Amino acid sequence: MKTESLWYIFINASLINNFVLAYFLGICPFLGVSAKLETATKMGGAVMFVMLISSMCAYGIHALLVAINAPFLQLISYIVVIASTVQLVEMIIKKISPALFRALGIFLPLITTNCAILGLALFQTNKEYGFFESFIYALGAGAGFTLALVLIAGLREQLEFAEVPNIVKGTALTLLIAGILSLTFMGFSGLGSN
Amino acid sequence: MNNPISDVHKKDFFSSLKNSPSTDEFIKGLWKENPVFVQVMGMCPVLAVSNTAENALAMGLATAFVLLMSNLLVSSLRNFIPKQVRIACYVLIIATFVTITDYAIQAISVELHKSLGAFIYLIVVNCLILSRAEAFASKNTIGKSMLDALGMGVGFIFALFCLGAVREVLGSGSFFGFSFLPNDFQAWILMILPAGGFFTLAGWLLFFNVINERRSEV
Repeated sequence: MKTESLWYIFINASLINNFVLAYFLGICPFLGVSAKLETATKMGGAVMFVMLISSMCAYGIHALLVAINAPFLQLISYIVVIASTVQLVEMIIKKISPALFRALGIFLPLITTNCAILGLALFQTNKEYGFFESFIYALGAGAGFTLALVLIAGLREQLEFAEVPNIVKGTALTLLIAGILSLTFMGFSGLGSN
Repeated sequence: MNNPISDVHKKDFFSSLKNSPSTDEFIKGLWKENPVFVQVMGMCPVLAVSNTAENALAMGLATAFVLLMSNLLVSSLRNFIPKQVRIACYVLIIATFVTITDYAIQAISVELHKSLGAFIYLIVVNCLILSRAEAFASKNTIGKSMLDALGMGVGFIFALFCLGAVREVLGSGSFFGFSFLPNDFQAWILMILPAGGFFTLAGWLLFFNVINERRSEV
């Protein structure tokens, strides 16, 4: 496999193959927590943190599982690591900022079932990334997720003041915006293919 | 269009179904609480692998199988699992069945396994399955949980199929791999790209909103 520069990995994960808009990972928080810009930013930060830790752990676990020759345990061990990381983040946020803890509400424990994080761990294993490459990949994916979340939250805040027909209100409208946003991100696909 | 006699007939049929509690658990997943169109859950696989009708159907079946088996196990173990660690237990149960499904699909068709890719693994984090385990199977008897899982599973397959069929017909001009449209049909490439997934789902949601609006007016 051709080695990719770290910069390319970052751009690829955050813009070209944005996790939310190109891979459809993490759609639930994307639709659920994107009503307010402030919450969206903090949610993005939390997800990014979980991504970094779990991607590091996934790298170690994969090496261990290859060593003891038990690939069928991969999925189960990844999900356990992610669940414990989320628990950790939950405790930290509860201690540092109770207000943010209440604002994120049910979506904080639901980071466990955020497909973007498990997807990240699986993709980096498939692509056979080394330690630093995995770290950069996680950083890029987290940045891309936060970017998409912030963009759609900003758009939704603006649309609060617009008068839309009854039938379009709610999820349908958010999906339409997401579709247009996804079209916009397709413009990045030429990047880095020289 | 509206034949009053047949309408009355239909209402009787549905109300007779509604009176029996067990069919009610089944029916609600199909329409009233459809996991995709009403609860908007498990969106990632819905959007990602619905680019052809075949992929959509396979994904729906795999998810429904995991849902059924995990609901069965969660419901039968509901008196043994301590409350504090229940979510971790559910996730472990689900992950086990997903691993089984993954190996099964690989054995049945390598090609299908390739086209679904990582999304088979990602069934683990499908919020639909975890939420049914938490909200229903952990509180109800085995029989009821099975019916609930069947209803939700069929509802999920139905929704995935709706999306997959539309996207394949418009995006590649074929249905289950057979092209039936005239040769000069220009395929809408957009529909098989990511953006098409968002637009198609938005379209279906609009369609159901219109129907519901009409109904509430009458």
